[in-house]
Amino acid sequence: MKLLGFTIAVLSLFFPVSSAFAADVLNTGDTAWMIVATALVMVMTPAGLALFYGGMSRSKNLLNTYAMTFVAYCLGSVIWMMWGYTIAFGPDQAGLVGGLENLFLSGIDVSSLSGTIPTYLFVVFQMTFAGITVALVLGSIVDRMKFSSWIVFTVLWLTVVYSPICHWVWGGGWMSKMGALDFAGGTVVHINAGVAGLVLSLVVGKRIGYGKEAMFPSSISLTALGAALLWFGWFGFNAGSELAADGIAASAFLVTNTSAAMGALAWMFTEWVVKKKPTVLGIASGVVAGLVAITPAAGFVGMSASLIIGLVAGILGFYSVAVFKQKLGYDDSLDAFGVHGMCGVWGALATGIFANPAITEGAKGLVFGNPKQLWIQVISIVGTASYTAIATLIVVYITKFITGGLRVDEENEILGLDNTIHGERAFGID
Amino acid sequence: MKKIEAIIKPFKLDDVKEALNEIGIQGMTISEVKGYGRQKGHKEIYRGAEYVVDFIPKVKIEIVVEASLADEVVRKIQDAANTGKIGDGKIFVFPVEQAIRVRTGEKGKDAI
Repeated sequence: MKLLGFTIAVLSLFFPVSSAFAADVLNTGDTAWMIVATALVMVMTPAGLALFYGGMSRSKNLLNTYAMTFVAYCLGSVIWMMWGYTIAFGPDQAGLVGGLENLFLSGIDVSSLSGTIPTYLFVVFQMTFAGITVALVLGSIVDRMKFSSWIVFTVLWLTVVYSPICHWVWGGGWMSKMGALDFAGGTVVHINAGVAGLVLSLVVGKRIGYGKEAMFPSSISLTALGAALLWFGWFGFNAGSELAADGIAASAFLVTNTSAAMGALAWMFTEWVVKKKPTVLGIASGVVAGLVAITPAAGFVGMSASLIIGLVAGILGFYSVAVFKQKLGYDDSLDAFGVHGMCGVWGALATGIFANPAITEGAKGLVFGNPKQLWIQVISIVGTASYTAIATLIVVYITKFITGGLRVDEENEILGLDNTIHGERAFGID
Repeated sequence: MKKIEAIIKPFKLDDVKEALNEIGIQGMTISEVKGYGRQKGHKEIYRGAEYVVDFIPKVKIEIVVEASLADEVVRKIQDAANTGKIGDGKIFVFPVEQAIRVRTGEKGKDAI
């Protein structure tokens, strides 16, 4: 028995994230929930985000926004299976990336387990995160980027930016070893996508006429529907990140909805006071701001904290897009940075402030007497943002080289990308 | 013959049409137009960016009648399209040299 114990101990040193031991038995309840949760997260990208972003882009570019969103999800689906998963979740290499043991999912079969669910299911669940993260980035550059450049950018960015950061936080990399708390993707998804969007929009440049001519959204109704679908899918995103059907998943579900609602109310009232109109776009944006901010905190904080997280997110989101952006003058078309970047940072900090050990044991924030957690969160934010900024910049320049520039030509930009790139129109009317 | 061109608020079109039917006006041509006069445009706000919409949707009515009817038509349009608020529109009257019915070739007042 001693020898067996020793062997297990040695093996577990070699396979720290392996799931080959006794605790791992498939749980049908967990598995059933995670299949549903994965499908919910899928809806967020080609339906939720496509409508949310598409409705905000000008009617001449609506289909191009859809196309970029769809193709981001499709490329994410394929790349993740081929090499993305193994970079993120293969055996840890010095805390930085996963090894290539699971290239093309080799080494995984129908009986493989991750915790209490099949590894195949875990792979697909994580794939939906990769897909939406890269799709979020496109909000910064709609109306002007070449479609070919977007495709090349997506492939490179998922490979060298998303997958490694995912490994750091969830794949057993340095951030998780440091004790950073990110339940469902404040750093991995939102700060990452927001900063990447900002970098991309700065290199691609402003839209022709930005700040001078009126740029009317094609349909706020589509955007509002998109926000509702994002909200719906987000239950899979956050409650699913528990990877089990248990009390923490239920708590994550509850705080996700509460924060989204608070975010919407906060944005609406702030805008009503400052700009005199409670806009529907403001309500829809506030929903997303509240959802973004609760994402890293979902499995760690209680209901009261979610009220504060949503409240601050709604106000912060409004000032980011309606005040700071106007002052700084960059053209982040649909505010990927303003909403996802800024509210993602707030959510990561809020996790360090409000994490309640009564919800997830060991996750203890500032208000429960562990100020060190807030500092760890700051490091995780700075680490993610810095790596994303630099690596995205490199990816952008490689893309520019491969596709011979990033922007459509001036005439096509003025005519609209639906017509000039896709040969279609979004609406039957002119 | 006179041509009467009236630019009115779109929601007043049915009232004007009915008023003209009452005095036996047989037909009219309308178009959806945009413009501005003393009535200023309105403001729209999207994520804090404020856009002023100068051109407001209006309906333009064109009617050709016998010269003797022109004053009455103008009066009817003015009454029907009036809301008392700024932006009610304008009416213009022009002389018309000739009118021809395409199908039969009838000319002048027989054609209208």
